Amino acid sequence: MAAAERSPAEDLAFKRELVGLIPHLRAFARTLTGDPTSADDLAQDAMMKAWDARASYQMGTNMKAWTFMILRNQFYSEKRRSWRQTQLDQEAAERTLVAVDDPEAPVALDELRQGLGMLPPEQREALILVGAGGFAYEEAAEICGCAVGTVKSRVSRARRALHAILEDGSYERDGAPAGDAMQAILADAERLSTIR
Amino acid sequence: MIDEPHREPSKRGPAAIDEARLRQHAIGVRLRQMFDDVVNEPVPDEFLEILRKHDQKPSGTE
Repeated sequence: MAAAERSPAEDLAFKRELVGLIPHLRAFARTLTGDPTSADDLAQDAMMKAWDARASYQMGTNMKAWTFMILRNQFYSEKRRSWRQTQLDQEAAERTLVAVDDPEAPVALDELRQGLGMLPPEQREALILVGAGGFAYEEAAEICGCAVGTVKSRVSRARRALHAILEDGSYERDGAPAGDAMQAILADAERLSTIR
Repeated sequence: MIDEPHREPSKRGPAAIDEARLRQHAIGVRLRQMFDDVVNEPVPDEFLEILRKHDQKPSGTE
């Protein structure tokens, strides 16, 4: 491997930055796989792949986007190897994101998770990268290997669809009247923006 | 910086923003919160252990 050409100082700097990205890799992995355990497996694989490929990384460029791309590629190449997993995707997506063990977690979180689960995977992914991961459209396009315009349109379609899903209450839910989800989300957003 | 999320400043002033935008903003806030909840979880020790072990192997071994 070309890694031998790198100085120990460079490796150390790389490793430090990589370690700092682990929480973000875990979060992105969880949005893809659905359950925390396989998400961590995926995040670990991506971390090691990034480490092995460190010689091909240009220090000073966006390591977060680079590692997310590795993680995403890893996820889809594993998925291609196991087609049978596809059927589980929808179900997984609904469990996705926050299997955070938080009894205080507001109801809206669950509704949002379900709404996300109803989006086509490419829209969900684009929305998460841009809307939650903090990536610019250009970076998200690089991560997903598609055109910037494609990302923009996916994000905008995802936003509209999610909004509609939450407003209509057209997701599966247990009895509660439709419309509550949006109200709860509005209330939460209000609360969060006053905290920040 | 690279790791800095592109956060929009929270725009207050309800009169200025139409209802749909407000709702979209609310969904956005929630979405980020959802992601950040996972980001803020403590990283399992496994991650660092794996990296350390792997590091000790001569490079090129898989």
